[in-house]
Amino acid sequence: MIQPAATGYRKDSESETVLRADDLSKRFAANGPGVLKSVSITVGGGDTYAVVGPSGCGKSTLLYLLCGLLHPDAGTVRYRGEPIVRPHPEIAVVLQDFGLLPWKTVQDNVALGLKIRGVPRRERRQKAREMLRILGLAGTEDRYPSQLSGGEQQRVAIARALVGDPGLLLLDEPFSSLDAITRERLQHYLLEIWNRFRVPYVLVTHSVEEAVFLGKKVLVLAGRPAAIVEVMENPGFGDPSYRDKKTFHAMARALRRALDRAARGE
Amino acid sequence: MRFVRYVAALAAIVLIWWILSALFGGGNILPDPVQAFSAFGASLGTPMFWNHLAASSGRVLLSMALAWAAAFPLGIVMGSSRKVDAWLAPFVFVTYPVPKIVLLPVVLLLFGLGNLSKVLLISLILGYQVLVAVRDGVANLNPRYLDSVRSLGAGRLDLFREVLVPAALPHGFTALRLGTGTSVAVLFFVESFATTRGLGYLIMDAWGRLDYRDMFVGILGMSLLGAALFEAVNGLEHVLCRWRRARIR
Repeated sequence: MIQPAATGYRKDSESETVLRADDLSKRFAANGPGVLKSVSITVGGGDTYAVVGPSGCGKSTLLYLLCGLLHPDAGTVRYRGEPIVRPHPEIAVVLQDFGLLPWKTVQDNVALGLKIRGVPRRERRQKAREMLRILGLAGTEDRYPSQLSGGEQQRVAIARALVGDPGLLLLDEPFSSLDAITRERLQHYLLEIWNRFRVPYVLVTHSVEEAVFLGKKVLVLAGRPAAIVEVMENPGFGDPSYRDKKTFHAMARALRRALDRAARGE
Repeated sequence: MRFVRYVAALAAIVLIWWILSALFGGGNILPDPVQAFSAFGASLGTPMFWNHLAASSGRVLLSMALAWAAAFPLGIVMGSSRKVDAWLAPFVFVTYPVPKIVLLPVVLLLFGLGNLSKVLLISLILGYQVLVAVRDGVANLNPRYLDSVRSLGAGRLDLFREVLVPAALPHGFTALRLGTGTSVAVLFFVESFATTRGLGYLIMDAWGRLDYRDMFVGILGMSLLGAALFEAVNGLEHVLCRWRRARIR
C-alpha cells in the first residue's frame, strides 16, 4: 500500500530522548476533580507507545498536554529539551474525527500545516501530492473529505501529519470510528509507515488488540484522577504477522488482566 | 423533470391570476396576466422603468453588502469568543424581537429623508438575521476542528481564515438568502414615501393614479428583483461553498 519514496527522511538515533513529560497533573475546574495525576512518560527515538484505558479516563487529555494544546497544572513537557507551551511544528497530531476540514480539498488539507508555516504554494502542493502518492492516496487530491471513506479520511489525516516531517506523532484513537475490517487494515498501515519513517509515536486507544499490535511499550492509564498504573514491554511489536502469533495473544491476555486489576483499583 | 415542474408551477400561478382578474373587474381593476406582462414588456423600453429599477437595486444591494460586512465578522467573533459573546449576546437578544421597521420614523429623524435612512433600515433588519445565524453556526462548530488546526501551529488569524470563515459561510448565506425576501419587502415600505425614485414609489404612485397596469409593472419589477437577488445569493454560495456540493462519487 505504501509506495517507496524518492526523498529521504530523518532518522533519529534510537536512544535519543524525543519527548519527556514529568509529573503531569491536570484538573479542569479550580476545585473540580483531577483528571490526571503525576503522569510521566519518556519517548525515545525508536519508541512507540500505546496508552490504553477505558473511555473518559483522561487519555485524550494526556495527548492534549503532550502536544501543547492544553497546559498542565503541574509538571512539564519537553520536546528535545525544549519546553512545550504551545503546539510545536515537529509534533504532529492525528485526531479521531474532525481532523480534516470539510471545506478543503484533500490536497489542501494535507498542505495546511505547511501553509500555516509559510511554505510557498507551489512547494507545499508538491509536497502534499508526493506524500499522498507515498501513502497510496494518489487520485484523491482534488476531492473533499466527505467524498472519501472513513478509512481513506484517516489515511489523509496521517498524510497531513507526516508531510511536515514530524519528529513525533501523537494519535488520539485514530481508528476507533472505523469498522473492524478497515480498522485492522489501518493498524497494519500505521505499522508499515512506522517501519518506513521510524517516527516515534504515542497512540491513545481503548482497544487491547490495537495497543498490543501497535505499541512497543504499552501504558495502562486508570483511576480518578488517572495515573499510569502499569508499563508493559511488548517485545513482539513490529512484526506484521504478530497478530497470528501465540505471544500476541499472551500479551493481550496479560494486558486485559492489568486492565481488570486497574478497574478493581488494585 | 425539474424544469417541467417549474413550468407547471408557473402555469398554475398564471391560471389563478387569470381567474382572479376575471372575478375582479374583468381586467379593468386587476389586469390579467397578458395585460400585465405586455405593460411590463412595453415599460422595459422606457428609461423611466430602468431608473426606478436602478434606484431600487442600488439601495437593496448596498444594504445587503452593508449588513454582511457588519454582521458576518461580528457573528464569527461572537460565536467563537465566549468573552465577547457574554457581553454582546444580551444586547442582541434584547433588541432582536423589536420589529426594527417601527424604527423607520426614528431613522428618518436621525439620518434624514434620503437614501441613507432607507439603506440603514434594510441593513439593520437583514444584519440581525445574518448575525444570529452566523453566531449560532460558529458556536456549534465542533471545537475539534479548531484543535486540529491549532495543533498545526495556527494562530488566531489562521484559525479565522482557515476554519471560522469557511464554517460560517453557509450559515451566513442561508440567512442572506432567506433575507432577500425580507429585504425587498422592507425596500417597498421605505420607498413608499419620501422619494420619487424606486419600484416601491412606482407602485404607490401608479396606485394613486389608478393606473393599475403601471402598478403591475412595479409589482412584477419588484418580484423579479427579489428572484434575481435570491438567485444571486445562491450563485455566490455555489462558488464560495464548493465543498457543500461535493458528493461521494
